[in-house]
Order: sequence, then structure tokens, then C-alpha cells
Amino acid sequence: MSTPKTPLNKSGDDLVASYYDLHEHAHPDGYSTNLGFWIYLMSDCLIFAMLFATFGVLGGNYAGGEGPKTLFNLPLVALNTSMLLFSSITYGFSMIAMQSGKKNATLIWLFVTLLFGLAFLTIELTEFHELIESGNGPQRSAFLSSFFTLVGTHGLHVTFGSIWLVTLMVQVGRFGLTAANQRRLQCLSLFWHFLDVVWIGVFTFVYLMGTLR
Amino acid sequence: MADHSHHDDHGHDSGFHASMKDYVIGFVLSVILTAIPFWLVMTGALHSPAATGLVIMGFAAVQIVVHMVYFLHMSPKVEGGQNLLALIFTLIIVMIVLSGSMWVMFHLNQNMMPMPATMDGMG
Repeated sequence: MSTPKTPLNKSGDDLVASYYDLHEHAHPDGYSTNLGFWIYLMSDCLIFAMLFATFGVLGGNYAGGEGPKTLFNLPLVALNTSMLLFSSITYGFSMIAMQSGKKNATLIWLFVTLLFGLAFLTIELTEFHELIESGNGPQRSAFLSSFFTLVGTHGLHVTFGSIWLVTLMVQVGRFGLTAANQRRLQCLSLFWHFLDVVWIGVFTFVYLMGTLR
Repeated sequence: MADHSHHDDHGHDSGFHASMKDYVIGFVLSVILTAIPFWLVMTGALHSPAATGLVIMGFAAVQIVVHMVYFLHMSPKVEGGQNLLALIFTLIIVMIVLSGSMWVMFHLNQNMMPMPATMDGMG
């Protein structure tokens, strides 16, 4: 688009054309996917911000029940954190393999990422199960309600990320590293790393700060 | 770093290019920035919960930046800076939501009618 230098010399139509893009020009497929997906992630970030705020407000209300000090098992959380961190770097390796067009290496690293993701979910579900079994389910106190909502929402994201990961492995396996599949893998890369960022907030504010309370 | 030509036209294939160096640096930094807060809390090395809390919040903030730069490849160059703008806008909203909620609710708790000790900590 040209910027008008001397608008006064132009006729009405020229003036309009110099300010507005009147003729639609063709965009290649998915040229805006990256930005659009990023904006979705930002809206997801706001959901987590609300859940963090809720936990921040209600996190100290134990209703006479047990608090984070006795309920949280920090070594288990540290193990869980490392699972997610490992899955982040293996996803990175898969992206690097994708960029050099290595289909099999991409698939192998995606599979390793999936294993780490599933390990994370297994550990988290074990933790939830133990809490609920010991009578510390989400209905026990406001602290536990907000804890299960926040950590559970993150876990749901990881679950759907894993389903998406399997879908893309099938896609790449059947159709190869096409432009569309590369774009999808990049979106999932953003999603996966974003979940790791949210987890930094979870282990810091929920588990570590909770233990300090 | 195979392809470092960032094109501003619509024809570019994707927003970013990952490199092995970026991922390894990001991973090593993340491990350090995760291990120290866990160690601080689990051993109580600082002897003061308030100080420990501040320090681990600092570590979390730094680690979030590390992830943004090395894993999410955030930079003003990607998508002509629009990703970064969206991120900054979101962070401002997040800060308002978090600090606003905590501030208002903390003062609300302060101004509550005094309750008998047995009711303390009611959900």
C-alpha cells in the first residue's frame, strides 16, 4: 500500500485508494495461523489468570481441614515438573527434525513427548486420587475447590494436547511433513510450551507458596 | 540457525525457526530455575518464608521469560511484533486481574466482622 504524499492533488477515488486497501489480494494458506493461534493462547492465558486469582483469594480457606503443608508431596511435584520440562525439550527436538524434513525423527520425538505428557498426567491423577481417597476432594474446602479447578484445568489442557499430538502423529505418518502439517505442528508446539509456562505458575504459586503458607 | 532471513511479506512459511542451541539453552536454564526454588522450599534454606516466597516468585518470573524466548521464540521480529504486542497486552490484563483480586479481597477480609477463633479459617 502506498502512503499518500500529496493528498491535496488527488481526486476522491485516488484519495480513498491511497488510504484503504480496496482490492483484496490473495494470501497463501495459513499465513495468519501463527498470529491467530497466538491470540487464542492469550485468551487461554486469561482463563488461567482468573483461576490463579481465585486460588490466590481462596487458597487460605481450609474450612478446618488440612492445608497444603500436609497435603502436598513436593518430591512428587518436582518429578511431575521434570516430566513436563522433558516433554518440552523433546517437542523442540521434534520441531528441529521437522525443519530438516526428517519425518521419522519427527515422529519418534513426538512419541517421546507423548510418553512424557502421559507420565505427567498419570502422576497428576495419582495425586488427585490420593487426595480424594483421603477425604480431601474438591468439596472439602474452598482451598481444595480452587486447587482442583486450577490444576485440573491445566491437566485437561495437557490431556487435549496429548490427543492433538496423537492426531498429528497419524497425520504426519499418513501424509508426511506437508506445509499444512508443519503449520499444525507449530501450533501444537506453541500450545505445548505454553502449558509448560502455565505450570511454572502452578508449581510456584500453588505448591511451593502453598507449602510456605 | 539455518535460515535467518525474516521476511515481512505475507509469503513467509511460518513465524519462527527453532534451533538446537535455543532449546538446549532454554532447557538448561529451566532446570536450574526450577531446581533452586524447590530446593529453597524443601530445605528451608532461607529460614524466612516471606523471603523465600519473594525469591521463588522472582525465579518463576525469570523462568517464564526464558520459556517465552527460547521455547516460544518470542521476539519483536515474529509476525512483525504483533505476537509480542498481544502478549504484552495480555500480561497487563493478567497483572490487573491478579493484583486487583488479591488487593480487593485482602482488604475485604480485613474489614470483615471479627469472628470467634473457632470459626477462623472457614471456607
